[in-house]
Amino acid sequence: MGRSSPAVAIEQVHKRFDQVRALNGIEFAIQPGEFFGLLGPNGAGKSTLINALAGLVLVDSGRLSVMGYDVRSQYREARQRLGVVPQELVYDPFFKVYETLRFQAGYFGLGREAEPWIEELLHELSLTDKAQANMRSLSGGMKRRVLIGQALVHKPPVVVLDEPTAGVDVELRRQLWSLVKRLHQDGHTIVLTTHYLEEAEELCDRIAIINHGKVVALDTKADLLARGISKTLHVHTREPAPNLPPALADKVKYVTDDYIELSFTLGSDEDSVMQVLDMLRDAGVKIIDIRVEQDDLEDVFVQLTREPN
Amino acid sequence: MAGMVWLFWKELVRFGKVAFQTVIAPVMTALLFLLVFSHVLEGRVNVYEGVSYTAFLVPGLIMMSVIQNGFANSSSSLIQSKITGNLFFVLITPISYVEFFIAYVAAAMVRGLAVGATILLFALLLVDISVHSYTLVLVFALLGSAILGALGIIAAIWADKYDQLAAFQNFVIMPLSFLSGVFYSIHSLPPFWQTLSRFNPFFYMIDGFRHGFFAISDVPVAVSLAICLTAFILLSAITLSILKIGYKLRV
Repeated sequence: MGRSSPAVAIEQVHKRFDQVRALNGIEFAIQPGEFFGLLGPNGAGKSTLINALAGLVLVDSGRLSVMGYDVRSQYREARQRLGVVPQELVYDPFFKVYETLRFQAGYFGLGREAEPWIEELLHELSLTDKAQANMRSLSGGMKRRVLIGQALVHKPPVVVLDEPTAGVDVELRRQLWSLVKRLHQDGHTIVLTTHYLEEAEELCDRIAIINHGKVVALDTKADLLARGISKTLHVHTREPAPNLPPALADKVKYVTDDYIELSFTLGSDEDSVMQVLDMLRDAGVKIIDIRVEQDDLEDVFVQLTREPN
Repeated sequence: MAGMVWLFWKELVRFGKVAFQTVIAPVMTALLFLLVFSHVLEGRVNVYEGVSYTAFLVPGLIMMSVIQNGFANSSSSLIQSKITGNLFFVLITPISYVEFFIAYVAAAMVRGLAVGATILLFALLLVDISVHSYTLVLVFALLGSAILGALGIIAAIWADKYDQLAAFQNFVIMPLSFLSGVFYSIHSLPPFWQTLSRFNPFFYMIDGFRHGFFAISDVPVAVSLAICLTAFILLSAITLSILKIGYKLRV
């Protein structure tokens, strides 16, 4: 359990639900201090993986650990070091905000010493004036913040957020982002699952894309963006209907009265832009405008999770 | 350990917040039963020599309330947490399955005893009755509420919907507690029903509890005690093994 242990280690994890292979040999590690993104389409296995880490899903084979502690055989140590914000807004309607956080700290064995931290959390989450409000009376955004508070109440080094911004308005999403960034700056290891690629692009250092219970990509954000298919070149030529050689004819995207737009999918090497332009010049095409479009994470994601035809 | 104590405390605060419904209402119900049945049947039914029917009724009504409230506490709390999903925040903590069991059962016992003690208090004021052995009374109340607290955990884990739990309550708990000799001695039943009653564990809880009041019972108190203890051990073992494998809670 030395300093060298990864924050989260997932080794050859398999889980079957009846006929469905929810997790099919997942394996990766997250280092302490990382901001890690877990992406994948619906039903890819993201939540199953997170629940396995939290001890709510018992895997068929393989091993998961948090800060070096096995989530099954050393569950007390592992859970003490893990905070999870669930996807659904779950709460106990019997209790007030403060009580909810106080009991949660208690479940982790914390006594009086937790109370100043709870006050601080309430302040950080802008919930101080709602401390004595019943959970039922809170808006969705406030409930979400209480859930984050519950996940942080025992000061876990590893924090997992399962789609924290699903169905959340833009303003609150920004707020949550800055909160999570602050947690990361304070030294927490953050694991974020999300549907919003924009979110992963904005926040995460390293990203795993999973699909059908398998890791289909695991890389830094920069390297993931630099993968293969990363540019599209759009060219506008004067002339409706210039004489295009056959090689270029199928690149026509659309034709207007003023111009024709051709688009070329390029590899990542710089030469290819020149090659295309040379080809156009050789064909005697007059270029009036060119535009290079950089693919974003979404394109990479779509490419990687596309169903094989 | 501390986590378990907080979970236990949370359960107490939960039913304390709705004490009107969880304590006062069952006390009221028991007192109404006592009022109506004692007026209608007093002097017509004589169960034990030297014990008035109203006095006979008191321990049965108390124990029936202890049983029903013990069951209601663990089952309703757990199924609510399960269905609303907030059980998540208990399951991800270091609390072990044994601690989980103890917290829920202990809270069920406290509620059962709170209801039972309140009814007893009223009965001592209103009815001419005295207690032969408080120890026996307490032991049977503790056992009865613990058994039903454990059964409540099983029922809440098994049920996927509130109406399934209600069915369990209406078709298992209610008949067993009504047909356990609350309102009569089983000696006043036809032989077939007498034999059948002996298979009802609630009968022994009530019979032993009643022995604590009058030092008379249908079966020897040691037998009742042994059967209740066995039932408690058996149900605890079943509940613990369900919790250990995480049936329906950890998939």
